Amino acid sequence: MKNCEYQQIDPRALSVSPLSAQNPAEKKVQRPRRKWEAFPGKNRFFCDGRLILARQNGVLPLTLGLIVVTSGLFFAFDCPFLVEHLTVCIPVIGGVLFLFVVASLLRTSFTDPGILPRATADEAADIERQIDTSGSSTYRPPPRTKEILINQQVVKLKYCFTCKMFRPPRTSHCSLCDNCVERFDHHCPWVGNCVGKRNYRYFYSFIISLSFLTSFIFACVITHITLHGSFVMSFHTYLVASNLTTNEDIKGSWSGKRGAEESGNPYTYSNIITNCCATLCGPMPPSLIDRRGFLPPDEAVPAAAASEMELPPFTPKSDANMCTQSTKDVLERMLHSSDFHGLCPSGNPKTSPLVQEVSSSAPATAEPSLSSGCSRQLARQAVVDPCPLLPPVAFSKSNRRDSLHSINPAFRLASPSPTLSRRALVLGDGPDIGFIPQH
Amino acid sequence: MAETHSLQDMRQQAAVAAKVFIQRDYSNGTMCQFQTKFPSELETKIDKQQFEETIRTLNNLYAEAEKLGSQSLIEGCLACLTAYTVFLCMETHYEKVLKKIAKYIQEQNDKIYAPRGLLLTDPIERGLRVIEITIYEDRSFSR
Repeated sequence: MKNCEYQQIDPRALSVSPLSAQNPAEKKVQRPRRKWEAFPGKNRFFCDGRLILARQNGVLPLTLGLIVVTSGLFFAFDCPFLVEHLTVCIPVIGGVLFLFVVASLLRTSFTDPGILPRATADEAADIERQIDTSGSSTYRPPPRTKEILINQQVVKLKYCFTCKMFRPPRTSHCSLCDNCVERFDHHCPWVGNCVGKRNYRYFYSFIISLSFLTSFIFACVITHITLHGSFVMSFHTYLVASNLTTNEDIKGSWSGKRGAEESGNPYTYSNIITNCCATLCGPMPPSLIDRRGFLPPDEAVPAAAASEMELPPFTPKSDANMCTQSTKDVLERMLHSSDFHGLCPSGNPKTSPLVQEVSSSAPATAEPSLSSGCSRQLARQAVVDPCPLLPPVAFSKSNRRDSLHSINPAFRLASPSPTLSRRALVLGDGPDIGFIPQH
Repeated sequence: MAETHSLQDMRQQAAVAAKVFIQRDYSNGTMCQFQTKFPSELETKIDKQQFEETIRTLNNLYAEAEKLGSQSLIEGCLACLTAYTVFLCMETHYEKVLKKIAKYIQEQNDKIYAPRGLLLTDPIERGLRVIEITIYEDRSFSR
């Protein structure tokens, strides 16, 4: 019987066996973990490590969204029109380009750009040893660069402190992804990944195809506008040439007769060139609404006075003619009425200081007494009361002027205002306002 | 005479004595090439010629993988035209050569390096940065 010596297998030694040396991570836990789960860089992984993306994926969703939305709009709006008018190849070409762009973009974003795995502990120790032993005779720490000859040219290799190795030539460390990337081009936020050795061609094909797609869509849109929008342009050119408005053309205001489109239009100059000049190059009228003018300060007073209407003979009616007629009646009655003074105390005590102030500052008035103030006040009330809701502009110009001038010189306006709206505003707010031009 | 019966290979019973790293050789640019300089730690372990032969073969294989040949050009153009979807069903030329390299390293390990207590690690597992040669202690090895 042979004397065999059996040596126990050390389980710890299993970790250095050639089979498991290839996948050291797999022996650590029950479930074999993939290397991407323990990846030290700032990356995100999808599909169990098949797809890689930078953690700061920036504006990749925006890029995708812009491309999809623009192309979608193109297919939805331009293609039907262009297929009808030109050829069915247009959406086909557009579709192929769009698919190419999206495929290139996704390929660029989700491909490993050429990340260099970090040095193992042994490697790092070995490199440190080499650095320490070679030429660190000075007190300064070693410069952490290595010079090599590439095609008879001196190139410096830098030591990467994060990855613990000397970076190969053309390799750079991306701080956003925290990885060394071979043939590092740049970190592209639009794509959400670094662009390096492995995905540069996808990046290049993405930008080239995107330029083609953009130019193609632009050309199609211009064609569409030219074919479709010319109708709008020619329609308005016709309107300008015949001095018509769209409204008139739609309603057929002047073109009732057949074959005599311009003959019914009283505004035409009967000459196309003159019509064009008048519409397009005529004098520019000023703005009439005085946007930046200031409102008069005592506009709140007549509003307060208008709330206390106690004139019996009037029933409030919202008709403009009724307003003017009733005003005239009131003013006439007031002058002939024996209850003139009796009506005064019913006036608004709030307005009395104003009335006196106005009367003192209005030398043109023949009756600076309280009675005239009352009459003015009553007239104002009469003016305002029957038509509390009507704007002052509703008063017809001629009626107003007649009533005022004929009855009481106090109502005469010293300086007529240039615009109708302003004058009506002045009158409608009462005689107090009416004296403002005299100030 | 004591015989060693081990259920595993003798390498699994050995402890790692040292690791030697063969660095990349950039004198011809960024192509994947390794230095053929014979490291001093291996002087007692392996023949210099043998070592250099291994490294040189590996360099040639990597050069073949990265070569701008007609095959790689055709493959590249085809891939570009199909929006790179062709790689879903076909592996690249580089990947094919990497498989060849892996087979060669396994072969070298079995025939030459393992009997001498050495182990070559495939550079692809080290990011193509170094060739790692592990030197094992000869504890249980007996001839």
